[in-house]
Amino acid sequence: MSLHVPTMAEKMAAGESPEILFWVGCSGSFDDRAKKITKALVKILNECKVDFAVLGTEENCTGDPAKRAGNEFTFQMQAMMNIQVLDGYEVKKIVTGCPHCFNTLKNEYPELGGNYEVIHHTQLIQELINQGKLALKGGGTFKGKKITFHDPCYLGRANDVYDAPRELIEKLDAEMVEMKRCKTKGLCCGAGGAQMFKEAEKGNKEINVERTEDALETNANIIATGCPFCNTMMTDGVKNFNKENEIEVLDVAELIANAADL
Amino acid sequence: MVSIAAFAIISLAGFGFFAWNMLKIRSNILMGRDVDRSDNKSERLKTMLLVAFGQKKMFSRPIPAFLHFAIYAAFIITQIELIEIVVDGLSGEHRIFREALGGFYTFMISFIEILSLLALIATIAFLSRRNLLKIPRFNMKEMKGWPKIDGNMILFMELILVCCIFTMNGADEVAYNRGYMHDGVLHQGSYGFAISSFIGPLLFDGLNDATLHTLERIGWWGHIAMVFAFLNYLPYSKHLHILFAFPNTYYSNLEAKGRLTNMESVTNEVKLMMDPTADPFAVPAEGAAEPQRFGAKDATDLTWKNLLDSYSCTECGRCTSSCPANITGKLLSPRKIMMDTRDRIEEIGNNVRKHGKDHDDGKSLLGDYITEEEIWACTSCNACVQECPVNIDPLSIIVDLRRYLVMEESKVPSELTGMLTNIENNGAPWQFSPTDRLNWKDEA
Repeated sequence: MSLHVPTMAEKMAAGESPEILFWVGCSGSFDDRAKKITKALVKILNECKVDFAVLGTEENCTGDPAKRAGNEFTFQMQAMMNIQVLDGYEVKKIVTGCPHCFNTLKNEYPELGGNYEVIHHTQLIQELINQGKLALKGGGTFKGKKITFHDPCYLGRANDVYDAPRELIEKLDAEMVEMKRCKTKGLCCGAGGAQMFKEAEKGNKEINVERTEDALETNANIIATGCPFCNTMMTDGVKNFNKENEIEVLDVAELIANAADL
Repeated sequence: MVSIAAFAIISLAGFGFFAWNMLKIRSNILMGRDVDRSDNKSERLKTMLLVAFGQKKMFSRPIPAFLHFAIYAAFIITQIELIEIVVDGLSGEHRIFREALGGFYTFMISFIEILSLLALIATIAFLSRRNLLKIPRFNMKEMKGWPKIDGNMILFMELILVCCIFTMNGADEVAYNRGYMHDGVLHQGSYGFAISSFIGPLLFDGLNDATLHTLERIGWWGHIAMVFAFLNYLPYSKHLHILFAFPNTYYSNLEAKGRLTNMESVTNEVKLMMDPTADPFAVPAEGAAEPQRFGAKDATDLTWKNLLDSYSCTECGRCTSSCPANITGKLLSPRKIMMDTRDRIEEIGNNVRKHGKDHDDGKSLLGDYITEEEIWACTSCNACVQECPVNIDPLSIIVDLRRYLVMEESKVPSELTGMLTNIENNGAPWQFSPTDRLNWKDEA
């Protein structure tokens, strides 16, 4: 199935304005693993005939890692450029594939003049299922499997979104198991605050290894998450324990796309 | 008469010295930068009632929460008895409210006694937890020395206080049974207080009248002396949280935790950069504020709320025990960030009072107290903010210290320099060409 991915520029040229902008994010655009998540989400959007578009080459980093690294100049330069583009296309609603983009667009752009309704992709998928636009066919290949959900900090604690991803997982024909540290007490994967782009400080353990141990304790077959950075960190964590053949790390969008036979 | 005078002098001195110390702390806190938390009063009040008064966040760990609540409830309710003690002390009466309140008085004192007993049990539990059970968060590096003594001191003071209450009520009960003391009329009865009517006779029955009287007075004076000692110990102790929890939760950050503050000074500069008609050589407008330092190097660069946070911290370490960096052995401890901030603003305050406003001791929060290694270990995951039972925000201090390092000193870990350059040049934190951004669409 070929993906239908219109850009805002194409839409504008055709005199249309889509209902929602899909903010792909840098990971979702460039990282090989995260691109699969992006495509899974696009499949869902296509299946549900959501009127969406992407910015394509006009998209730019939101500035999240720069802001968290303490460089407010770089952050605000990025933000102002992005707001000009978004406002130029009269964007009203945005869905993001990454909790970091989600948080920045939602909470940090308004003060710089960028006001949009921003939702995370798990919230959009939940909406589509609730509206009956997306049907899960038999729950995919998850029958009898255990799935645990790793809360991305920027989705959970940062923005209090705990239920949307869990309700989606519960729709699968699988058993949902919680880690001992979950929801408000969820342990970070180690990537936030610009840590993704540097080596960790000296310690006695990597954070993603500590977090992967939580997941291993549940005996889950699948670690689900909703963030491309968490995905990378958890995948590396699973490899650290040589369990990559037994445990998969998947985005909730991928689980749903699979269960909907897309 | 002598005892009334003594009581009045002790009270005046006790309240006076406390007020003087509180004013010092207030002026220290107001050395911080301004931040507007005057909005949304009803939401703020609600937060304060739930988090400080109702101790909502304590209950994420139920056993310590219950023990803590026992001490807290006893503390609050004992204030009623304290009013009577003050009135008795100044008037020379004995249990002045008893006649007027009748049965309610018996109920009230009984209630206080039951809570005091629970508080006693809790205090012993906390003392053993601190000193016998080796709970890691009570034995970390930043807890060595004074913080450890401080934690134990408070518990010992509470222990003495509760013992005084029971000595006072117990001895009084036995004396009252005998009809000794007070109005000289033989009563031959019992006060009927829930606990002292049992333990009084049990402990003090064989003693003579004079000894009973002395014991009752030791309990009474001991009680009030401990109260004043406690009150005046607060400004020097982490225990200040019993008062500051209230304003600190009232002035909580009500925004989403993920939102870092916007730096308006930077916004103005960025707008100038992006405005083609801006005159780069323009003279700043008349009366424009002095440009502030970007971020925070010292405690006075932080906001007054950050400083209020630091004084509200009771060093329980829930933040640190949930910090992913700390759990995995990194230097960062959010609790230490708060303790350092408080110690530094105290030092600055003392310097200012001694040597005048512009005194520079050559030290700063970043460098002399908090190291770069600590602040770069943070993942900004907000676990510390989430965990704090009184809504302290260590993350905003960490971010402000990073801002200073990066924007004023250009000190960035080298890998992050690459990331920042990539964002500026390619619009992504990695070195990919922006023209390739949509390639995923056509890849198999």
